[in-house]
This record gives sequence, C-alpha cells and structure tokens, in this order.
Amino acid sequence: MSTFYQSFLIAMRALRVNKMRALLTMLGIIIGIAAVIAMVAIGAGASKMISDQISSIGSNLLLVLPGSTTSGGMRSGAGTTQTLTYEDAMAIKEECPSVAAVAPQVRGTGQVVYGNQNWSTVVYGVVPEVIDVRDWTIVSGRNLSQSDIDGATKNCLIGQTVADTLFGAADPVGKIIRIKKIPFTVVGLLGAKGQSPQGQDQDDVIYVPLRTAQRKLLGSQFPNTVGSIMVQAKDAEVLSQAEEEVKSLLNQRHRIGPNREVDYTVRNLSELLAVTQQSSKVMSILLGAVASISLVVGGIGIMNIMLVSVTERTREIGIRMAIGAKRRDIMLQFLTEAVLLTTCGGIIGMLLGVAGARLVASLIGWPTLVSVNTIVVAFAFSAGVGVFFGFYPARKAATLNPIDALRYE
Amino acid sequence: MSEVVRLSDVAKVYLMGEERVEAMKGVSFVVNRGEFVSIMGASGSGKSTCMNILGCLDVPTRGSYLLDGVNVGELSPDALAEVRNKKLGFVFQGFNLLARTTARENVELPLVYSHVPASQRRHRAMQALERVGLAGREGHYSNQLSGGQQQRVAIARALVNDPSIILADEPTGNLDSRTTVEIMSIFQQLNRQGITIIMVTHEPEVAEFTGRHIIFRDGLITSDTTYAAKDAVPPGEAGKP
Repeated sequence: MSTFYQSFLIAMRALRVNKMRALLTMLGIIIGIAAVIAMVAIGAGASKMISDQISSIGSNLLLVLPGSTTSGGMRSGAGTTQTLTYEDAMAIKEECPSVAAVAPQVRGTGQVVYGNQNWSTVVYGVVPEVIDVRDWTIVSGRNLSQSDIDGATKNCLIGQTVADTLFGAADPVGKIIRIKKIPFTVVGLLGAKGQSPQGQDQDDVIYVPLRTAQRKLLGSQFPNTVGSIMVQAKDAEVLSQAEEEVKSLLNQRHRIGPNREVDYTVRNLSELLAVTQQSSKVMSILLGAVASISLVVGGIGIMNIMLVSVTERTREIGIRMAIGAKRRDIMLQFLTEAVLLTTCGGIIGMLLGVAGARLVASLIGWPTLVSVNTIVVAFAFSAGVGVFFGFYPARKAATLNPIDALRYE
Repeated sequence: MSEVVRLSDVAKVYLMGEERVEAMKGVSFVVNRGEFVSIMGASGSGKSTCMNILGCLDVPTRGSYLLDGVNVGELSPDALAEVRNKKLGFVFQGFNLLARTTARENVELPLVYSHVPASQRRHRAMQALERVGLAGREGHYSNQLSGGQQQRVAIARALVNDPSIILADEPTGNLDSRTTVEIMSIFQQLNRQGITIIMVTHEPEVAEFTGRHIIFRDGLITSDTTYAAKDAVPPGEAGKP
C-alpha cells in the first residue's frame, strides 16, 4: 500500500511541475466524460419522459377489445362488432385471480352545452374503478359511485379541458351541463393528465355512468355490450398470467372452438411501454457511444503526453533504476501518473457534465436524469482509460536500459 | 581481510550492428573490505564498462563477478535492482540528483525503493546528510545547492542504505580543484570509517588520494599497484595542526 502511496506522491509532484500541460492533457478526458454524462443524462431524461407519458394511461393494463367476426364469408375489422358485454367484465373481475380491477367502458362523442358555451368532446360510459385503473385523480368533488351505475343516474365527471372550456376558472362541481341535450350534474373534476403517447389530449373527456351511457346517451342496438374492457393486473409480474386467464375465460364464455373464431383481442399496454423504452435506450446508447469517441481521443492525448514525459525523464528513470527501483516501481510510477491525470479529468468532467445536463434541462425544458450508476461508470471508465493508454508509455519507461537511461542527455 | 568484489576473467562484448566490440577482454581482480581503489585509463580502455558491471547495471558476457560472495551474473533484472539498492551506492560525475526535489528527499530515495517506513527514512537521511557535512541543508532543492554540495548530497544518497561498496564514476569531473579536494576528503573520511570505495577517474591528481590504482588499457589491466594515499586536506584547513 505504501508503494502506491509513494507512486501517488511522485505522480502528484510530476503533474505539479507541468500544471499547464497536465490541464491541457486532462481537457480531452474532461470533455469526453462531460459529454458522456450530459448525453446519457439527456437520453435517460427523454426516456423517462416517454415512459411517464405511457404510464399515464395506467399501469399494468390489459385492454380487451371486440374482435372481428365473419358473417356470410365477409370478415369485418377488429372492434367493429359488439361482442363484449358487461357480464364478461364482471366475470373477469370475479374469476381471474391475477386481476385487480376491471373497467368496462363505452365510448361516444357528443356536444356539451353550459350556459352560452358549447364544446364537442368524447363521452365515456364508465364504472367507478376507471379512476384507479387509469391512475386518474379527482381534484374537486367526488367519484361516480356504484349506485350511480346501478341507478343510471345523470351524474358525470369532467376533464380539465372540458372544465376550462365550459367554466373557465369557475368551479364546475354541482353545475348542470347538457350532453346531447340531456342534463347532467357535474359531481367531480378530474386532475390533469396531459397528452397521451399518441398526442391526444387525455383531459378532453367526460365520464358518465356506464348504464346511463348505454341506455340514454349512446343508444346502441345491443344495449348490454361494452366497447372495451380495461383490466388491471395485480402487479407487473402477473400481467402475462392475467392475460392468459382473461383469454381462457373469454374463450369459455364465448364458446370459442374449432368452428368459431376468436371474437376479441387482448392488448398488453406494457408491451408498448417496453418497446418505447427499448427505443429510447438505443438512443441513449447511441448518444453515449458518440460521446465516448471523444473519450478515446482524450485517452490518445494522455498516451501522447505520457510518451513525451517518459522521454523527457529518461535520465530520472536511469537514476531511479541505478539506486534500486525495480521495473515494477517505474511502471507503477508512470501508470499512476496517467491514472491520476484521467481520474482528475474524470471528476472535473463529471461536474461539468452534470452542470451541462442541468443547463439543458433549464434551457430547453427537457428533463435530465443523472444516475449514480452513470457517475460510477464514468469514473471507472476514466480510470480505465488511464490504465489502458498509460500502459504502453509506462512499459516503455520500465524496460529502459539503466545504462542508456543514465547517459541520456 | 574479507573479499567484497572478485572479478574472474570478466569479458564484455557489445554488438554495434555487425561489429563486435570487446570492451573488456578478461579482467580479474579482488577488492577487500575497507579498500579505496581508483580505476584509471584513457577513454575506451574499458574502465566505464568495468564500472557498469561492478555497479550491477550490466552483466559480464564471460567470467564471473562475485559481490559479497554472490554471483551477480546469474541474477534477474529485478534481483540486480535489489542488489543495487541494498549493496551499492552510486556517485556520478553529473551528480544526478532529482530536480525540484529537496536534499533530504533525494537522500531518502533508495530507502523508498527498499520500503523503509517514512519516519525511519527521514531519520536515516538526516544522519547521512550529517556525515557529509550538510546538516541544516536538508530542505534545500537541488538547484539551490552548489556543485560540491550537490555531490555531497549524492554521496549521502549512496551512503544511506549502508552499502558494501560506494562506486564513484568521475565524482570530481564537474568540480573545481578546491571542491575536488573537499569531496576527496569526505571519501577518505568515509573510507577510514571502514567503507569500501571504488572510483573511476582519469585525473592522476585525484587518484593520488586513493590507496590502490588499477590502470586499464584496451580492455585489460596493465597495472595494479598499492600506494600510500595522500591526505586530502581542504585548502581552508591547510596549515592547521
């Protein structure tokens, strides 16, 4: 250990003698590490932004949609028929052990009027569970209740966009609006969610009780069917298990067999998340790779200056060898010097990189994410660059012939 | 008297491209403990090669070199480094101190490579500096010292590991006559304390201060004679009783 400490002291002294040169040499590493840290932070931030957007749909979700049917040899597209019922949804809730909550819904559009304002928006017939399943918050008023569903009441929840359009800054709770000319009481205001990954405004929405929508508002030819069923699994681990359970239950309920094709589809929303995360990960790696090129260039700079240093100090190496330094001692001395250069550069680069990431975050409003992992890896990498690019010069120093080294002018 | 150095029929051949240069052609001599020997000869006579071999910086092509009874020619480079560290002290013509390093740190250097703890290093370095009359100068940097003082630091560095021999290669070559006598006086004092010294020089006046002259010519010893050494009295102290 004391050998390392001695080499450290010698290296510190050598660097102090050539401060300017040491700084310029470090600059390559500083820029390299700063670039890697900043790029990875920006990449990770973007990736987080995207996955946040995706999880705003709700987490651990399966979406069950009606499938296609064939009638008279003609196949219709997915979702064009109404094959899912409220009873299907209830059965999933009761019989699938991996399922936490189920939210069947129907969807329609309608003109909404309040006072002299009117607005065309999307109206969903829902059950109270939709709030949990889709991670909504209620910022004012209350959620719809089961009795709203059972009694098909004319109560509704409205999204932020609808509230802003119809009521401005006023509190909408308790007000009566007309949806397709039918009066509804606003019982709750949904918290803002922002854009969906597809760029739709998720807050431009009205939730009414499912029964009310089926019977009074959206009038379907099959009054008991639902447009889609959102299924929330208990956690991410059992998501695919829940998918299997839902499929086998629906196969059984819809009597799917050799003569009857599957009339529903199950979409796993976390697959979308995985795909998006994958692509943003690739982007991070790409950014990191570009930045690490400058790190390699910095490393070559280190090697160059270390070679100069070995040549300059040939005589010193000769003296040290003459008075008993072993090859290992000389090697360690120059390696330590190179590693010291790169790690100092690494630390400065890290600070600059974090600062740069912060700056980007505040200037363009991109989120950035500096993880401890990145910092540890960057530090280890800068030390590694020192060992890698310092090795050749150090070996050159260690294999000098002491007689020639002593005679070197 | 016990033997420190025994060279038996040592030859050294260099290959300069195609040409074989025989720098030493079979040299044998013995140096006993406590001797002060000077090796003389014209340039190209093989005395520097002999010094490199004695200093374990080079190994003989033929013949054997026993240092304290150990055949040095059979050792690995790292083992040779250890021998240089523990058994030999070097004094060079050009002083060869490390630049931007204090006198004490220069003297400590051999101890660093033999892994002596820092506190003990400091103590031994101070003692060695005292022996060469530089007590109080330990904090001076190499470039703040005169040539004579630098050479004394180098001697202290050679002494600090209590070597079997001190090897001095033209130690007075860069010094004026007055400082030369000072340095030779230090060598004589150390020799009287029992330290074996082998010195290469081409100046007969300097060799006069040693007790034995080995003269090289064309890679062979032409004469090896013992004299009564002349006392080196620094000019300032001449005339004192």
